[in-house]
Amino acid sequence: MIGLENIEKQFGDLTVLKGVTLTMEEGSVTALVGPSGGGKSTLLRCINLLEIPTSGAVRIGEDRLEFRPGQRVPTAAVQRLRRQTGMVFQNFQLFPHRTAIENVMEGLTTVLKWPENRARERAMSLLEKVGMAHKADAWPATLSGGQQQRVAIARALAPSPRVLLCDEPTSALDPELAQEVVDVLSDLAREGTTMVMATHDLRLASTIAREAVFLDAGVVVEKGPAQKLFSDPEHERTKRFIATLTHEMVSDGEAI
Amino acid sequence: MPHWVQLMLDSLGPLLYAALMFSAPLTLLSFAFGLTLGLIVALIRLFAPAPIVAIARFYVWIIRGTPLLVQLFLIFYGLPSVGIVLDAFPAALIGFTLNVGAYTSEIIRAVISSVPKGQWEAAYSIGMSWSQAMRRTILPQAARVAVPPLSNTFISLVKDTSLAAAITVPELFQAAQRIVATTYEPLILYIEAALIYLALSSILSQLQVRLERRLGRYGGFIEARS
Ligand SMILES: Nc1ncnc2c1ncn2[C@@H]1O[C@H](COP(=O)(O)OP(=O)(O)O)[C@@H](O)[C@H]1O
Ligand SMILES: [Mg+2]
Repeated sequence: MIGLENIEKQFGDLTVLKGVTLTMEEGSVTALVGPSGGGKSTLLRCINLLEIPTSGAVRIGEDRLEFRPGQRVPTAAVQRLRRQTGMVFQNFQLFPHRTAIENVMEGLTTVLKWPENRARERAMSLLEKVGMAHKADAWPATLSGGQQQRVAIARALAPSPRVLLCDEPTSALDPELAQEVVDVLSDLAREGTTMVMATHDLRLASTIAREAVFLDAGVVVEKGPAQKLFSDPEHERTKRFIATLTHEMVSDGEAI
Repeated sequence: MPHWVQLMLDSLGPLLYAALMFSAPLTLLSFAFGLTLGLIVALIRLFAPAPIVAIARFYVWIIRGTPLLVQLFLIFYGLPSVGIVLDAFPAALIGFTLNVGAYTSEIIRAVISSVPKGQWEAAYSIGMSWSQAMRRTILPQAARVAVPPLSNTFISLVKDTSLAAAITVPELFQAAQRIVATTYEPLILYIEAALIYLALSSILSQLQVRLERRLGRYGGFIEARS
């Protein structure tokens, strides 16, 4: 359902993505792993076009956009593609001047022009889903990180995107708070939400993702079923990386 | 009753009348127009193509680099030489609007850029267009940060409108001057005028404190950002 065809992305002279080709099926959950600076965030942001790829093509469902160096893409086309996606950020990025429920309603009322009542109803049911209904009228600054991230997930889901993009959704959180976010995301995975998530959190990746992609220095080194990639990777680089992650997880565990 | 008290009481009516009919409208109108101008100039400087940015910067440079009194004289006494004759009040209104526009454009530009980039991205990620993101996400947050510096600009403006006396606007200070011309009591009258300005700016400062407190209620979001 999502197709990335030979995506290249340059920032000035720096080539961050070097021809990434991937497909993700409807209902699949894909973990994007790899060393810091490997291009995970940039790749996610190329899917919802927060970054415009230098070249290549992005397809979501029936919508497909091609990119060529130096060629501007029409804003309307960018928006049409982007509106089929939702994104969850590492540092939540809730709107601080709106309450939890207003954050969730925003995309419905402002973008989709839903009437207030209907938007509030849907927002409330999403907040229930992420276990935040009791904080519907709270200001974001009064919520814990885990709570903010759960509201952010509800906000991203509100306009019914075809894919949920998560950029290290748990890495700004303490382990206990991370767990409540992992729980919410695994519920969504079970219900068949299509997700692509960049993560360092092997616990998150291995409990939720069925597919995994190892991205290093802007290149897909290895991809396949998550179980296989995490427990029995083929490439030497993947092996080394998974070993460091496993090590981190063990030392995290001791720190609790 | 001492002579000076009597004199102050007698002059209070004309002074307040001048404040109400001229100082207040001049302040409010030039602030409203100036703020609009400041917003436009700020948006130009942040987002417009280079040649338009250059024009906006030139405007801010001229206004900030020259005395307000000189600007007012240029508009009221200078422009007639090129065939542009303005009444005193419109001339003052233009001068103050241009001033407020230049100073507030700097404030607005700073507060808009102070909103984290992630807020734009969050807005875009739920499908907003640039103008929706600006209106719904960026400006409301910027506005809260802008309240203290804009309030200061407003309070300065109240006092600065006394300069309009120099181009014959019959505002509060000019009314005092006129009474001095007939009573020969400059000390008493100018103290009275000063007290009225002092009262006005004190009331406004109090309002500013309240406004800031009210805006601080978003779970300490202003404190968290500053
Ligand atoms: N807006 C940008 N401008 C310049 N360089 C960038 C920008 N965004 C990311 N990069 C660079 O791209 C590389 C990949 O970054 P990123 O996609 O954030 O990797 P990851 O998420 O895997 O850590 C890094 O070297 C980073 O410095
Ligand atoms: Mg990243």
